Amino acid sequence: MTRENSLVSAQWVEEHLDDPKIVLIEVDEDTSAYDKGHIKGAIKLDWTTDLQDQVRRDFVNKQQFEELLSGKGVSNDDTVVLYGGNNNWFAAYAYWYFKLYGHQDVKLLDGGRKKWELDSRELTDELPSRETTSYTAQEQDHSIRAFRDETVAAIGTQNLVDVRSPDEYAGRLLAPAHLPQEQAQRGGHIPTAANVPWSKAANDDGTFKSDDELRQIYTDAGVDWDKDTIAYCRIGERSSHTWFVLKELLGQDNVKNYDGSWTEYGSLVGVPVVLGDEKGEA
Amino acid sequence: MCGATAGGLSLDGVNVAKEAVIQGQVLRGDQPVGNAYVRLLDRTGEFTAEVPTSATGHFRFFAGEGDWTLRTLAPQADPVDRTVHAQVGSVAEVTVALS
Repeated sequence: MTRENSLVSAQWVEEHLDDPKIVLIEVDEDTSAYDKGHIKGAIKLDWTTDLQDQVRRDFVNKQQFEELLSGKGVSNDDTVVLYGGNNNWFAAYAYWYFKLYGHQDVKLLDGGRKKWELDSRELTDELPSRETTSYTAQEQDHSIRAFRDETVAAIGTQNLVDVRSPDEYAGRLLAPAHLPQEQAQRGGHIPTAANVPWSKAANDDGTFKSDDELRQIYTDAGVDWDKDTIAYCRIGERSSHTWFVLKELLGQDNVKNYDGSWTEYGSLVGVPVVLGDEKGEA
Repeated sequence: MCGATAGGLSLDGVNVAKEAVIQGQVLRGDQPVGNAYVRLLDRTGEFTAEVPTSATGHFRFFAGEGDWTLRTLAPQADPVDRTVHAQVGSVAEVTVALS
């Protein structure tokens, strides 16, 4: 993938608002943001109820995903353009999720909701209506999803990229600072993981930095471009943002998102954990 | 936002003794700015978190002890930086004035 076929600008979206084959979808951490105003024609996905199994800690299954998108009026040949708040954290997560289930044409609105708002572009509270469809998903593509055992096995052998803030990486905080402190049993990071906060990839307005700047950031952090990579954060949403940068913008092969992330790893019994700002040894 | 009071956000439901709270309000003149974004940067200038302001211009972070910078972005305004010190057990109140 490249920037040209995975990312669109706010201007591009504004020019395509009335194209019926382009489906705008808002996904926010704050699941009420859409209800306060959204881009014209956009539908909403709630990451907590639509994209998560409500009993087990896992995603909805293939059939549930098919029912979800059919009910929302999304077709297999639609171009899906995702956007959201928080610099597209959850929109990037949804992008990765759509790719996981094999949707062909997915794009991210560069800068997401913030860029749209800072540009003073229009939001509406009008709800769109779309005819139901018969959506068919693929089996999950595990070439982009990492599970805990392969993450443990990657210590010292693959690139592990911890995209949380430096204080979370070091174990000084257990969660992002706009959320109460809670979650994993232990703080710290996976040994040998490089700390490249997701935010390094974004400008203040939420748009992505240039490919050259991005490549330099990960090179400086010690990412070996000849090795496979696993990105993680706390629950897998910020690491989707970094997965998007490495896989879709920079075209790197074999990049996986570990959605279990620190809330799983930091609660596992017996795995190694490093505290402090250094990567630690394998 | 429900529960907002003059002088600061309601702290109902927040265990202040355990948290280092930074909160405040973004104003343009005496008008609250409800469509601003407040970024929390750590002592090295690294991004730590970001929240949109509420309809009443309020924001809140649960930080760690230490020195932080709040960077506020809003439509048709230059970014504004404010430094703030956070301490567990206390609430740092910050008013951000946009020009």
